[in-house]
Amino acid sequence: MAMSEALTTTRAPARWQDYLQLLKPRVMSLVVFTGLTGLVCAGHAVNPVLGAVAILCIAVGAGASGALNMWYDADIDAKMRRTRGRPVPAGRVQGADSLALGVVLSMFSVMLMGMALNWLAAGLLAFTILFYAVVYTMWLKRWTAQNIVIGGLAGALPPVIGWAAATGSAPLNAWLLCAIIFMWTPPHFWALSLYTSEDYEKAGVPMMPVVAGAKSTRKQILIYSLLFTPICLLPAVTGLGGTLYLGVAALGGLVFLILAVRLSRSHAGEAGGQRNDDGLYDVRAGARDARNLFAFSILYLTLLFATLLGEHLMGLPALELLR
Amino acid sequence: MSDPGRESEVETKARRGRNIALALGLVLFVILIFVVTIIRLGGNVANRPL
Repeated sequence: MAMSEALTTTRAPARWQDYLQLLKPRVMSLVVFTGLTGLVCAGHAVNPVLGAVAILCIAVGAGASGALNMWYDADIDAKMRRTRGRPVPAGRVQGADSLALGVVLSMFSVMLMGMALNWLAAGLLAFTILFYAVVYTMWLKRWTAQNIVIGGLAGALPPVIGWAAATGSAPLNAWLLCAIIFMWTPPHFWALSLYTSEDYEKAGVPMMPVVAGAKSTRKQILIYSLLFTPICLLPAVTGLGGTLYLGVAALGGLVFLILAVRLSRSHAGEAGGQRNDDGLYDVRAGARDARNLFAFSILYLTLLFATLLGEHLMGLPALELLR
Repeated sequence: MSDPGRESEVETKARRGRNIALALGLVLFVILIFVVTIIRLGGNVANRPL
């Protein structure tokens, strides 16, 4: 395992905020949102305190994965502009401390989920943490350009965990929410990597634009977008989403496809299209189509899950077009 | 001249912050376990052989 020199030296005393940063709070907030959607959409009455504990366990489990990732990937993080300020590569926290925090929080979150809710949810949470920390971080990320495709499963599972926490089961509709996030991940991350591939190349991470080139990446983004957008309509067929959801999914899906087609016809990711500075949204003209799809993909996924959440909280009827 | 073995003010402040955060985390964890136990037991706490 490669470890940067930064791991062995501490430049500044670690503050509690540094340990919080190890948990990747932004990723945690996304996971909380999708996990909550799964929990609410399950439609099963859960004690509100136990429901909050389930969401807390999902959040802490995701944070633990983040700490394990920051421990193992410190050498890569030190080489990339977006990540070099993280506590471990910056020398504010020792790598071993990040590892210990990740292991302890993983155990606490899984055990608490099992004792407070049920062991199916706890097992799924343990699988998600292991999948992200071991399969994605230690294996896929440095080995194959399909890293984020397969690794995306870890980010897609929280709604299933939330659903399982509420009901003790994981039916088809729970896996449909998982499928939506899973298929959303490749176009989302590859659009970002089209204008950050210089960083990945420098760090030796085989992201798709680095391995297959920008043209092939743009084509694959379009293929995944064509597969992803119809899947987003399925909840309106299976009794999960209502009329409002169908409208949001259809309209947003259309915009998503238009942006993906525009990206496929552009030269994004080719020489001169890299971003200007550390800002993810500040790019040169050549990469604007990639930036637009990246930004819209976040909005679209948020809208889909917020609509489902809103419909279920307000008790709006779901469509069952197949019935 | 300052003693190299002594903690600087910044280090002391950072350590105090970490200790307070850890203490708060532990207290919240204990409260959480207590509340979850009470909810899980519910009224069944009386339904046991004496």
